[in-house]
Formats: sequence, structure tokens, C-alpha cells
Amino acid sequence: MSIITTISTWIIPCIILFVLLVATWKKLPTYELFVEGGKEGIKMAVSLLPFLLGMMVSIAILRGSGAMDAMIQFISPFLAIVGVPSEIVPLSIIRPISGTAALGMTTELIKTYGPDSFIGRLASTMQGSTDTTLYILTVYFGAVGIRKMGDALKVGLIADFIGIIASIVIVSIVFSV
Amino acid sequence: MVNLIWAFMAIIGIVYAMFNGTMENVNQALFEGADEAVTLSIGLVSVLVFWLGLMRVAEKAGLLKVLTSLFKPLVTRLFPEIPKDHPAMGYILSNFTANIFGLGNAATPMGIKAMEEMKKISGSDKASRSMITFLVINTSSLTIIPTTVIAIRMQYDSVAPTEIVGTTILATLFTTISAIMVDRLFYYRRVRKSKK
Repeated sequence: MSIITTISTWIIPCIILFVLLVATWKKLPTYELFVEGGKEGIKMAVSLLPFLLGMMVSIAILRGSGAMDAMIQFISPFLAIVGVPSEIVPLSIIRPISGTAALGMTTELIKTYGPDSFIGRLASTMQGSTDTTLYILTVYFGAVGIRKMGDALKVGLIADFIGIIASIVIVSIVFSV
Repeated sequence: MVNLIWAFMAIIGIVYAMFNGTMENVNQALFEGADEAVTLSIGLVSVLVFWLGLMRVAEKAGLLKVLTSLFKPLVTRLFPEIPKDHPAMGYILSNFTANIFGLGNAATPMGIKAMEEMKKISGSDKASRSMITFLVINTSSLTIIPTTVIAIRMQYDSVAPTEIVGTTILATLFTTISAIMVDRLFYYRRVRKSKK
């Protein structure tokens, strides 16, 4: 455990150290380059705002109205047929849509069922092994002005579904022995 | 597609609220959602400025080129559309590296830069083949050490908070490989369609 925490606290400072050492050794104007590159970040964040706001408001309406819960209840039996435990269904549906909501649900599941229970381990694995597809598409396509997404969303969602099934199968096998 | 999804999430929510008396919750959620988006964007400013600044230094120091040449055989196969020494490769790899180490907030700026470079290659507002591949790899997640999840497990007194690292790596590996295969499948389907 301590090794992992050490690595994650050391890694960013070490990257900075390495980059600055090499750049200084090559006699580059480090500070000026940093400022110049950083300026782009402000533009990016501002241009991202409307994309994020639009998407998050729409998701908030869907969740706030209770329609999301109703949809989850409707889909649950179908996912149960494929072998998704009913406790995990809401998380598997929310995971591609909203990162903060998914993290909240994972925390709730770990709290309710215990981190070392089957559900706790499954929620942990699912949270770690897929990402918020809708957020990534919104941010990446929004920032550079791509309007036609092609197959990106479809492929992303299929991958999410595979991820859920893979997590269930892997956790069942690994922790049953 | 996105237009439809976006509009329908709001439409379904509002119509549902009409019949279930949750209109007040919708009003509240609406502005909370907007607030959250602004907070998130402002939070992104610090991350974007910092990492894009540092990446500029790294790029000029030739470090991105070193990274690219290290993984050349792998990335040229994944992204056949991108010329071998194109700067897009360097950013794609930095994004993957940041993702693997769980540096989520560093991954986003590098990913956006990678998308920018890929847009320069395709020069249109339509998602190119490499963009889709890149996004799909990102959405399937590359995390090896899920630090946030480990922290939550510790908080709730897990006997072995890191025991899920193994299953996460396995699930990530499986999902990412499947995602790449599904992406290829859809690409060949597009090629066949356009031939007809």
C-alpha cells in the first residue's frame, strides 16, 4: 500500500523536475515557454464552458425530475437477465453519463455493502476500469470544434457495456477462489 | 446524434416532471447543474494552464519526440492515419501515460492538444478515424492504479483497500482491447459502406 501512495505523491514533482532539468540543460527559456503554453489553457477552458454547461444542465434535468431513476428501474430486469446484480445496475447506467454521480454511487455502495463484499469489490472495479464516455466526448470534441462525431459515441457505449460485463466476470472469478 | 441525446435528456426530464410533480426539483437541479459546470470549468483553468505550460517546455526540449520513438511500433499501428513524426503522436502518448498513472487532470489538457493536432491533419469538422480511435481508448479508461477508489475503500475500513488493483487492471485491459476491436469493426463497416 505505502508503495502505491508514495508513487502517486512522487510522480508529478518528478515529472516537473525531469522536464525542467532537460530544458535548462538545453538552454531553453523555460519560464517564457511555460507562460506561452499556459496562455492556451485559458482560451481552452473558456471555450469549454458552454459545452460542459449545456450537457450538465440536461443531465441535471433528467436526474432531478426522477426520470433517470424510473428509467433505471425499467432497464434493471433486462440487465439482470445478462447477469448484472440489481444493486450494481444504477451505477453501470450512470457511469458513462456522469462522473461525479458515479463516484457518489460507488461511495454509497461501498458504504452500504462494505468495501470487502462482492458488491463493494465490483463497484470499485467498475469505477476504475471505465471512464465517463459522455464527458470525454463533450470535452474533447467540444474543445476543438468537431461537430460530426461519427461512430465515436456508439463505439464508446459498446465499450462501456463490455467493461461492465468484464468487471462482473473478472471479479466473480478472482474473488471466488 | 449528440443533438438528439442532449435535447431528449432535457425533454424526457421535463415531461416526466409534469406528470410526477417534480417540477420544483427540476428547477433546482437545472441551476445546480449550471453552477457545477461553471465550477468545473474554472477548476479546469488551473489544470489546463499548468499542464499546457509544462508540456510546451517538454515539447521544445524534445521530450515528446523521445516518448514517441519509444512507443513507435505500437502507436503507428493504432493510428495509421497519422504521419510517423507528427506532433500529434507525442500528445497522444502523453495523454495515455497520464491516464495510466491515474493523473486524470493532466490527461485532459494533453488529450485536447492531441485532438487539436489531429484536427490539423484532417482539416474538417468531422471526427476522423484517428480521433475516434483515440477517444474510444480514453473512454474505456487506461487506469492501472485507481487512486480515488482506493481512498474511498480506505475510508470505509477495507481490510485490503488495494486488492481491487488486480481486477481493475484485468478489466481495463480487457475493455480497452475490446474497444479497439469494436472501433476497427466500425471503421471497416464505414469503408465498406462508402465503397458501395
